[in-house]
Amino acid sequence: MAIGLEKYEAVIGLEVHAQLLTRSKLFCGCSTAFGAPPNGNVCPVCMGMPGVLPVLNRQAVELAVRAGIAAHSEIAPHSIFDRKSYFYPDLPKGYQISQYETPVCKGGYVELPAKDGEEPKRIRLVRIHLEEDAGKNIHEADGSLVDFNRSGVPLVEIVSEPDIRSADEAGAYLRALHAILRYADISDARMEEGSMRCDVNVSVRPRGTEKLGVKSEIKNLNSFRFVEKAIEFEVSRQIEILEAGGKIAQETHLWDPVREETRPMRSKEFAHDYRYFPEPDLPPLRIPPDLVEAVKSTMPEMPAERRARYVRDYTLSPYEADVLVAEREVADYFEAALPGLKNRKAAANWVMTEVLRAIRESAKPLAEAAPKPAETGSLLRMVEAQKISLNAAKTAFAAMCKSGKGAEATVAELGLAQVSDEAAIAEVCDKVIAAHPKELAEYRGGRDKLFGFFVGQAMKAMGGKANPKVINELLKKKLAG
Amino acid sequence: MAEKKISLEQVRHVARLARLEMSADDEARLQADMSSILAYVEKLNELDTTDVPPTAQVGEAGTPIRDDAVTNHPAPEEMLANAPARQGGFFKVPRIIE
Repeated sequence: MAIGLEKYEAVIGLEVHAQLLTRSKLFCGCSTAFGAPPNGNVCPVCMGMPGVLPVLNRQAVELAVRAGIAAHSEIAPHSIFDRKSYFYPDLPKGYQISQYETPVCKGGYVELPAKDGEEPKRIRLVRIHLEEDAGKNIHEADGSLVDFNRSGVPLVEIVSEPDIRSADEAGAYLRALHAILRYADISDARMEEGSMRCDVNVSVRPRGTEKLGVKSEIKNLNSFRFVEKAIEFEVSRQIEILEAGGKIAQETHLWDPVREETRPMRSKEFAHDYRYFPEPDLPPLRIPPDLVEAVKSTMPEMPAERRARYVRDYTLSPYEADVLVAEREVADYFEAALPGLKNRKAAANWVMTEVLRAIRESAKPLAEAAPKPAETGSLLRMVEAQKISLNAAKTAFAAMCKSGKGAEATVAELGLAQVSDEAAIAEVCDKVIAAHPKELAEYRGGRDKLFGFFVGQAMKAMGGKANPKVINELLKKKLAG
Repeated sequence: MAEKKISLEQVRHVARLARLEMSADDEARLQADMSSILAYVEKLNELDTTDVPPTAQVGEAGTPIRDDAVTNHPAPEEMLANAPARQGGFFKVPRIIE
């Protein structure tokens, strides 16, 4: 806990921009594909040429509605677009088409995963609105270069209430939002690629008081970790100022990931006088109730529901459920491996350790990093049926990840099948006992610990493939004499 | 004309937001013009609109909407044709500080 947190409380609100999964831009038929040459995906509309008119993209509207449904927001049957005016070289029209007083979605909340033993916390939302992205600037020594490929790319801006109280909670909120956006196919929400971006509003106030302190805004945050670090830094900075008797200036800060600190932006460009007014080029957006119902009927199970189901039906801990649910592909994989398995917890553990390790070590997406879920299920069924040991299953799994072969074939090929044949095991146990008369005498004289020694010897003699349960039972009988 | 509805400060503020540089004469003239425009529009306040919902737009049928399809074909040269300055496929502008 940072110094001062026993005395002060942080009050944090997040503004998240997510790029909607559309093929074309919000108001024109230009492609949104990533990686085109500079100004290769632009036209007179997204370049702000005189006389052009915007025409709204249906898919963008439906995805914004999806976001609203996923976040339990109220979908406005009637909303309008507004012009947000400011000058910046990446904004060709001199205004951004956004929404101000009448967003597509009002209110709502995002549920954070429960900490073990606690109720899940809800972070309330103010709004979710549609807007267009700006272009991109690249700064060079003798000037700045502008690429308008991103200009007009559809975004939703998701604005939270200042309900967040710590850097950790901000991270949890972002991860929960990320999961929602990906589950519902709204956005691929990759922070490092800019398809999910986050601005943070931070203030502090003495604990026990209600009045909000002066806030600062932090920009330039492109990973969950940077968001957490920037908040920690900013909260400490503000507390230090207040403790020294100073005042917080309302200003915008940039996060410097190299020096790990925030610093005020030099330009005074953002006097925040955007002069919003209704966009005269776009009549109001009507969202009929049957559209909302149609979108609702296509919503998948959302992360919070899935977490609750895993805890309730599979008796997983909230932590385990959270790890599995964080990425939809991982949770889908887990469920696809389950048929025919009795021990769901073991399957959950397997996915959390072996499957996630395979993804991490190969740095590939799940579908390429791990065997098909049915094959993993088949491998785990062999463990349950005691056909192979857990260790053998790990060996087989590692091989399957590389070869792409099935579970049965891999176990056979590597000779990993467990020997449960009592006669064969009994023979080995007899040999081991006969070869160690000294240990046998000591064991019978009361050195119980030597039991493990005999098990180890028998297992070694059988190349690790013997069913440990059978070895244990037979040795117990035989050693007793 | 009666009292000015717009102060000189407001004129300067709007000019700054619009990146316009103005002489003292311009400022005075615009103050008068903008004030008289506001006075003219203020006529509407004589109507009682208590029960009238705000209308930002006509076109009650709602905005036209298009399918999500890529219909434009890249023509970067055409798009860059009128650029005052360029570097490769980029527009070039005076260096932006932050």
